[in-house]
This record gives sequence, structure tokens and C-alpha cells, in this order.
Amino acid sequence: MLDIQNVTKVFYPGTVNEKMALDDINLHVDKGDVICVIGSNGSGKSTLFNLISGTYPVTSGTIVLDGKDVTHMPEYKRAMTIGRIFQDPTKGTAANMTIEDNMITALTKGMRGLKISLNAEKREFFREQLELIGLQDRLRDNVGLLSGGQRQALTLLMTVLSHPKMILLDEHTAALDPRNAQTVMDLTERFIASYQLTALTVTHNMKFAIEFGNRLIMMDEGHIILDISGAEKKKLTVDKLVKLFRDIRKKEFVSDEGLLTT
Amino acid sequence: MIEGIFVDGLIFSIMVLGILISFRILDFADLTCDGSVATGAAVATMCIVNGAGVAVGLILAFLSGVLAGMVTAAIHNRLKVPGLLAGILTMTMLYSINLRILGNKANVPLLRKVTIYTSMPETFSFLPSAWAALVGTLIFVLVIKVLIDVFFRTDLGLALGALGGNEQVIISQGMNPSVLKLIGIGLSNGLIALSGGLLAQYQGFADANLGQGMVVQGLAAIMLGEFLFSSNKISLITLRAVFGAIIYKGLMFFGRKYGYLIHITPNDFKLLTGILVIASLLIAQTRSMASSSGARKKAIQRSMANRQAEAEAEAQKASQAVDGQADEPRDTNETIRSPRPDGPSEEAR
Ligand SMILES: Nc1ncnc2c1ncn2[C@@H]1O[C@H](COP(=O)(O)OP(=O)(O)O)[C@@H](O)[C@H]1O
Ligand SMILES: [Mg+2]
Repeated sequence: MLDIQNVTKVFYPGTVNEKMALDDINLHVDKGDVICVIGSNGSGKSTLFNLISGTYPVTSGTIVLDGKDVTHMPEYKRAMTIGRIFQDPTKGTAANMTIEDNMITALTKGMRGLKISLNAEKREFFREQLELIGLQDRLRDNVGLLSGGQRQALTLLMTVLSHPKMILLDEHTAALDPRNAQTVMDLTERFIASYQLTALTVTHNMKFAIEFGNRLIMMDEGHIILDISGAEKKKLTVDKLVKLFRDIRKKEFVSDEGLLTT
Repeated sequence: MIEGIFVDGLIFSIMVLGILISFRILDFADLTCDGSVATGAAVATMCIVNGAGVAVGLILAFLSGVLAGMVTAAIHNRLKVPGLLAGILTMTMLYSINLRILGNKANVPLLRKVTIYTSMPETFSFLPSAWAALVGTLIFVLVIKVLIDVFFRTDLGLALGALGGNEQVIISQGMNPSVLKLIGIGLSNGLIALSGGLLAQYQGFADANLGQGMVVQGLAAIMLGEFLFSSNKISLITLRAVFGAIIYKGLMFFGRKYGYLIHITPNDFKLLTGILVIASLLIAQTRSMASSSGARKKAIQRSMANRQAEAEAEAQKASQAVDGQADEPRDTNETIRSPRPDGPSEEAR
């Protein structure tokens, strides 16, 4: 599904601000893999996602997506295969438009024509889908009126409805309160299962990372330092993970609040 | 005379709809307008003067505007400069181009030529000629307004709306935002130039300086319209823009007619228009501040009420404890559960 070969990303090369965000990364993702990515702030998780999506060009290396070399493909073309959700709930929807207009825009990928696709049948379909997130009666409300949690749930729904082959979730529940975060996370799990998606999820919650998905990747200072999957992942505990980190990096895990959550 | 204001306002409203598309729908501060309105006037005028006819003149005016808009979008896309700068570049270049189109004259009259406004009294011969111009222009504007409304209901139109709201949404859906900007800014300036083409025929000449300050006037009209009513429906948004255009022209008319009473001359109009835009922005800001301070007050009241309820629950618990009946585990359960009932209603809001 995704093959990242010797990818390096240097920001501001040749200046005093030069920063190596990713250092010769290799990663192979199989179709159907559900991967949790953890790592302290600044370890390069978002940069990795930005390179996969094409938001930034790579400094060197190759990215192969769904059998195609996409290293030099613009972001909007890669988006035909990738669905992406950001930490910021406002990034996934257009606040100035109604829920139904947002949904009809999200329903297909690629350039649009002069067809009017939004009709009674589509509205009924949207209503059914929106029941999952309790917004079935608000089709004609502007998205700007929704709460952060509702907006993120809508973004998630819109993303899966456009049938991406792979989704990238970058701390997409981090800006929500615990209850909404849980709701959105449950929904995420459900969608990944029912749409059989390949997924990469960045999370700050170690416990969650251990329970969720079939594979866990830990990053530090632009390297992938740990890649655990299958039965081995099932046996993980937070304590083991912290110990593994210490053994590999010969330092303490830089733990902000979320990382200690057990 | 009153018909004159309406005809003027309706012609102006086509330009306002163009500005609405760039500034409001695409969120692209496009200043091409000051140039493209004059381009439209020049193209239509030269077509008519050279015998190509009204229809060809208006179509070519529209297309010249589309082209001008696309140049702005292309500069913005290719060089990654802000839309504002791209628009200023095009507008400045258009000034020279417009003089070229007009055969290196600043002003070309349409004397004794058949224009859309000389033929309207014939088309609507049952009406007095001033009213014929009004009816003809009204039909023209209505057709354009409806076409715009329908366009923004199509998938492409909705994509343009989403682009204005959040460019990332468009990229995430696999659309090239650069192409959408070419289409959107092109359409916007097409309408603006079309308005210029009509204006030249109505006033009987094309002028290279026609466009000066048009963007600000258009914005003033949009803001006047926005005071009328609020809506997220495209048909009502375009309708209020048309109303705003007519109101603006009405204000200018009365300013011209009675302004001398308070020593205002037409020379002051650009200043007054600017002040009108600033005042509108201030009012809009005050409104949103008022509504957010209202929301804050409500939130504070709510949290006070919550705290009071908590305190009461606490007091109740204390009295239970005094009774010696309180059983520890059940108590904690209750305190954990207690915030929940407020939860769902919070979200429903
Ligand atoms: N657009 C950017 N410009 C410059 N430096 C960046 C940019 N994005 C990320 N970085 C740097 O790259 C490193 C990795 O950042 P990031 O990928 O955002 O980390 P994470 O998501 O794991 O917290 C950080 O040192 C950060 O400062
Ligand atoms: Mg990050």
C-alpha cells in the first residue's frame, strides 16, 4: 500500500535554522494495516504525514503509494488515494457552507463539473449517515455552528464517505475534551473496520496505542526506533514500552502528560 | 429620474455580483476589478463602434473580463504572491491595455450608434422609453442572477464555495485549487466586465478611467446588502447584493442632488464610500463582539448556576453525612455521575 524508502526531510537546509526532521526513514505499510504512531513532540510524526500527503516535498528518498511512485506528485493528486484528518477540527470542513453542501463536496474525489448532485435521494443518504454522529436534523446548518467534537466527527464521516484507500489521522482527537475524544475515537475504530481501511494514526495516548490497531511505531528525533506488530504488539504494556524506549535510546522517554496516561 | 437610479443600480449590481464571487465566496481580495470593468466597457464600445453589434460586444466584453481574471489567478498561482498583489498587477497593466483597445484615446463616445439602450425602447415599445431601459436591464440582471444561483448549486460551484471556506478541503478532495481559482476569478471578472459593457452603452461612452475606485464601491454595496438580512442561501446572498447595489446608487444619487446643502460635492464621494465601508466593518465587528460578549455572559451565568447546584449537592451530602447515613462508595459514584446530565444538552447546543 505504502512504501517509504530512504526518506529524509531537512527544513531550511543550509541556514542556521537547518533542521533534520526525518533522517533516512524506511517504512512499508501493507494493505489493511492499522498503525499507531507514537513519539514525543518534535520527533517527526507530522512531518512524516506531510511527506506522505505531499504537503512538503521530500529532501531525498522515494514514496510509493498504491504501486505508484508519488514522490513528485502534488498533494491534491495524492489525495485521490489518501484521506487525511488534522488535529485542528476546523481544517476538515468549510465553515461557511451547510453540512449537506460539505458532504456533497466530500462524497467524490477529483475535479467537478456542472452537474447538480445534491438531490432528495442524496439528502436521505446523508441523513442516514449523520445519524451515526447525531447530526441528522442539521443538514442545512452551517458547519461553523458545530462544536469541535461534532466537526471532527463530521470530518471523519466525510473522509470515509469519499472512499480513500488509506487514512492518515494526526492526533485528530487531541483538541477535543475527553468525552468527545472517546466518541470520535470509537467512530474511527468502527469506520476503519467497516470500510476496511489502511490507517496511520498519531496518538499521544500510549495505552490507546497499545490497544488500537495491529502495529505500533515509535519515532524519536526523526527516526523510527520501534516497529512492533502482531502477537508481539498484543503482549505490550505501557511499562514495557517505556522500558524499550529507554533501552534503545539510552535516555528517559520525554513524557508530557498524555504519554503517561495508563 | 427614479428609473435612472434603478437602471444605474442594476447595471452596477452585475459588477457587485462579480465582486461578491471573488471577495465573499472565494475569499480572494481581487483588485483586478478596477481594470476589468473598463476593459469590458472598452471592448463593448469598440465592437459597437466598429459595427460588430451589441451581442458580440457584450459577449466579447465578458470574455475579456474572464481573461483578465485568469491572468490575476495565474500570477497568484504561479508566483505564489497574494491575490491582492496579483490583482494590482493586472489592474495596472489593464490600464495601458484599455487605452490600446480604445485606440489610444481616453474616451470613445457611442454617438448615433445602435446600443442595447437605444434598442430597448423599441423592444418594449408599449412602455415609456425610460421604463423600457429599466425593464430590459431588470430582465438582464435577473437572468444573470439566476444563472449564478444555479451555478453555485452545481458540484463545481459548491467546490468554489468550499475553496473560499477552506482550501485544504479542496486539496483533500483531489481537486487542484489553482484550476478552481482560474475559473472563479475568471467568472468574477467576466461579470465585472459585462457590467462595464452595459454601463458604457447606458452612459453613451467608454472611458479608460471608468474603473477607478470600483472595488471599494462594490464592497460598500455588498456590505449595505448584508445589513438587510442574513442568510447562507446563495439565492438570497445574490439578491441582497443586488439590493445593496441599488441602495448604494440611490445614496449616491441623493448625495449628488442634495449634498450641496451640506457642502458635499461628487468629489467627496470616494471618501464617503471609503468611510461607508469602514463604518460597515465597524458595525459588523461591534455586532460580533456584542454577540460574543452575550455568549460569554450566558456562559458565566451557566457556570454560576452549575456551581450553585454543585454547592447545593455538596450541602445535601454534608447533611447526609451528619445524619451518619451516607455510605462512602455510593457518594463518590454520585459525584462522578452528577456532571453528566448537563453534558448532552451542552453538545446539542
Ligand atoms: N514547516 C516546518 N518548517 C520548519 N520546521 C519544521 C516544520 N514542520 C516541522 N518542523 C520541525 O521538524 C521537527 C519535527 O516536527 P513534527 O513532525 O511536527 O513533530 P511531531 O509531529 O512528531 O511533534 C520539529 O523539530 C519541527 O520544529
Ligand atoms: Mg505533530
